[in-house]
Amino acid sequence: MALTREQLAQRVAQEFQDGYYVNLGIGIPTLAANYIPAGVQVMLQSENGLLGMGPFPLDEEVDADLINAGKQTVTMIKGASLFSSAESFAMIRGGHVDLTVLGAFEVDCQGNIASYMIPGKLIKGMGGAMDLVAGADNIIVTMTHASKSGQSKLLSECTLPLTGKGCIKRVLTDLAFLDIEDGKFVLRERAPGVSVDEIVKLTAGELLIPDSVPEMVL
Amino acid sequence: MSGFDKVVSSYEEALAGLEDNMTVLAGGFGLCGIPENLIKEIRRKGTKGLTVASNNAGTESAGLGLLLEDKQIKKMIASYVGENALFEAQMMSGELEVELTPQGTLAEKMRAGGAGIPAFYTATGYGTPVGEGKEVREFNGRQFILEEAIHGDFAIAKAWKADRFGNLMFRKTARNFNPMAITAGKVAVVEVEEIVEVGQLDPDEIHLPGIYVHRLIQGTFEKTIEQRTVRSA
Repeated sequence: MALTREQLAQRVAQEFQDGYYVNLGIGIPTLAANYIPAGVQVMLQSENGLLGMGPFPLDEEVDADLINAGKQTVTMIKGASLFSSAESFAMIRGGHVDLTVLGAFEVDCQGNIASYMIPGKLIKGMGGAMDLVAGADNIIVTMTHASKSGQSKLLSECTLPLTGKGCIKRVLTDLAFLDIEDGKFVLRERAPGVSVDEIVKLTAGELLIPDSVPEMVL
Repeated sequence: MSGFDKVVSSYEEALAGLEDNMTVLAGGFGLCGIPENLIKEIRRKGTKGLTVASNNAGTESAGLGLLLEDKQIKKMIASYVGENALFEAQMMSGELEVELTPQGTLAEKMRAGGAGIPAFYTATGYGTPVGEGKEVREFNGRQFILEEAIHGDFAIAKAWKADRFGNLMFRKTARNFNPMAITAGKVAVVEVEEIVEVGQLDPDEIHLPGIYVHRLIQGTFEKTIEQRTVRSA
């Protein structure tokens, strides 16, 4: 079975290490904050100028001056700090954030990512995504492996305008966890109950299949 | 009255000299920390042909979105415009020129503008549409693109508290682009929730020194929340 959004978030959260500063993009990445492993403390960075983002507020705690990058009202944890957008992106570009998780429309086996516009259809803008992919070393892209009509989103070359070039090394889809190495996708884990064949069928870019491809443990 | 007193008495005075076809840098992220009353004053004035640099373009009913209704904005420089259908319609029809700029690059363009740095190299946008036509240079085996600083004829911004000299404190994530927008404005206009007497702010806790601020006004704010999200107790 393909992973649900919650299961994707759960698998991402397994990558969190104690002491990590983490930036989570909008959508599935944000959900990962609900699955931080026991005994692990992470500090969530919100690129609008907050390090130490907490959960959504109680009704009486809502503060219009305290939002996350998705414009949702949030809270701060103890030890949080606040800063300007320039400072925020200095820490992002400067490589100070330990892990970045974000979504995408397409990735390809050259490590390219497309996530911010579909010409003629959807122009939302890149927000902080271009800075995040350019600045971070440790990035996980979370996305669905293929469109609803079965078109692969893991390509040999992205068709949409790029958000970043040659910057993606790890991709978690609803079917698999893959690395990108030397111009190829490398299948590292399968979603529980998903066969290697299914993944092969839905991966358009070149795919390397190691001898053993374990199922994810959730 | 001291020559350092930045307080003006009306919003009209605050934006005196703003003319058609000028460039305006605006603080705010989404609707958080936006200079909402200064935006309304621009609408009232009816200034047209503006180039506006701001992370977002507001919503259809709030923030910079208000200036789109009467087509006062000719060009928008922003990183994310997803929340505004009117914006998207004007962009798609070509009425509104849009320069999508990565968020960190936009912040740094303003910071550089205020700091006397004409341009800077960044890896952000290399190999993407953002990098097209821009100078590329390699440093330590990596490719960077040259981005130019941005300046505003006016900057409009919002802070939390100020003294009469324009020393500013911001509150929580309402800080965002405000400090950089202010520093890069030839005329920097700031509206705040409270103005206190000089000497009442601890110099160690001032986020932005009054040297960057030209006009200061106290306002009342609606502080519209875009996405009110709560958890249950």
